[in-house]
Amino acid sequence: MVGTRSSLIPEAAQAAKAVAVRAVDVHKRFGRLHVLKGVDLEVGRGDSICVIGPSGSGKSTFLRCVNHLEKIDGGRIEVNGHLIGYRERGGKLVEDSEKNIARQRAEIGMVFQRFNLFPHKTALGNVIEAPIRVRGVSEKLAVKTGEELLARVGLADKRDVYPGKLSGGQQQRVAIARALAMNPALMLFDEPTSALDPEMIGEVLEVMKALAREGMTMIVVTHEMGFAREAADRVAMMDDGRIIEEGTPEHFFLAPVEERTKQFLSKIL
Amino acid sequence: MLGAVDWHIVWERLFHPDDVFLRALWTTVYIAVSAQVLGVLLGLVAALMRRSKLSFLRVLSGAYVLLFRGTPLLVQIFFVYFGVNLLFGFTLIPTTLHLGLFDLDGAVFAGILALGLNEGAYMREIIRAGIDAIDKGQMEAARSLGMTERLAMRRIVLPQASRVIVPPLGNEFNAMLKNTSLVFTIGVYEMFADAEIHYSTSFQPVEYFGAVAVWYLVLTTVWTAIQAQIERKLAASERGDEPSFRERLFDAWSPKTAWWARGAR
Repeated sequence: MVGTRSSLIPEAAQAAKAVAVRAVDVHKRFGRLHVLKGVDLEVGRGDSICVIGPSGSGKSTFLRCVNHLEKIDGGRIEVNGHLIGYRERGGKLVEDSEKNIARQRAEIGMVFQRFNLFPHKTALGNVIEAPIRVRGVSEKLAVKTGEELLARVGLADKRDVYPGKLSGGQQQRVAIARALAMNPALMLFDEPTSALDPEMIGEVLEVMKALAREGMTMIVVTHEMGFAREAADRVAMMDDGRIIEEGTPEHFFLAPVEERTKQFLSKIL
Repeated sequence: MLGAVDWHIVWERLFHPDDVFLRALWTTVYIAVSAQVLGVLLGLVAALMRRSKLSFLRVLSGAYVLLFRGTPLLVQIFFVYFGVNLLFGFTLIPTTLHLGLFDLDGAVFAGILALGLNEGAYMREIIRAGIDAIDKGQMEAARSLGMTERLAMRRIVLPQASRVIVPPLGNEFNAMLKNTSLVFTIGVYEMFADAEIHYSTSFQPVEYFGAVAVWYLVLTTVWTAIQAQIERKLAASERGDEPSFRERLFDAWSPKTAWWARGAR
């Protein structure tokens, strides 16, 4: 099912590293359209992995399956050893309760292409909403943490500004702070720079690179090869609902194996 | 032609209203407000039911709209007042409703109920459209942060939808103010009933109906002004360049920022 997997990390080293995300033979259909045709992926704890591939290859859909924004039709996804979105009952997988799924999502941060900030709340209001309402953190503590996070993404002075008054790059940085406020074990980035003007991409990538350096486990769907080259530990190439090649950035940029990967990279580099 | 009008009566009706009329005016206003509040609540419940995973709730919500939008309001008023007790076999609409602080006339209660039920069907559509107008990414972002659908609806989607809902809601309340006149038919003594009684003893339709029309115009005009003010504030806080309505309210009463503390300007 799975195409050639040419990871350069030796098997033994892989086994030694704790696995943060394990996806096994994940299938997803939208009606008659078979979008994911058996995705297998492992992400080690503290690793950041870039998922690249042509549009329509299922990258975003796969990412949305990891926090169960999309149900899956086959296979399984585990994050830190916990099955996502489903429970095993009598050898079968049944969808988990809404409450349990919400609890799992609270541990997984997500950053969207279109930011999706809450327009009726200030930058700080966006950041403190979930800690207060979902985790029950006191407002005082949430504000303190929220201000620290805004400072970390370089927006301390924008705490009382509404998203409508922020540039795209600033909005995306607030969105990253908002996700980090839940202190997630894993961060998912769904084409975080695709909706940005070119001159704003850099500021968002800087924040993401810093996160990767600090050891955050990240799955990044992106067309930004700069990020893949500088900050990713591994790169996975998706095509037609499968991961067809996987390896270190060096492997990808120096010696890709699959013909499809070579084609794709030659077009975007 | 105009010479036949007794202008003195019109003048008196408009500028020296008697206590009976003022009570009738008050009745009109509180029926309209109560029925509108009921309508908004029913509309909200029905709009949320429509989004439910349970199919019978969705069917119930659809049937409600079909029934109450598809039949005349006047028929609904008569049905509730005369028919409901017989239909259910017990007294749902009493002659007088004792509410502790005050008593509510049974006909007024039936009127509020019928107007509110009817309004709820229209409000469901308005609220549904408001919720649909909010980008799907808002709900996804909220859920990705660990919110349940219910919490996300309450904290993220509905506050934004309210900006979309308020303008048509204002129009609905304008219509409601005028539709209250229909409950005169089940014996509620509101503004129109007062005009009708005067007419039936004096046979001066131009004076009495003309004057009451002006009173309805006053109510709807006052409401239009209030609505414009609300919409202006909502639009301003949406743009983020002005404090929100709540913040203004807070500022107005806060000892630090209130006008009396700011000193001479």
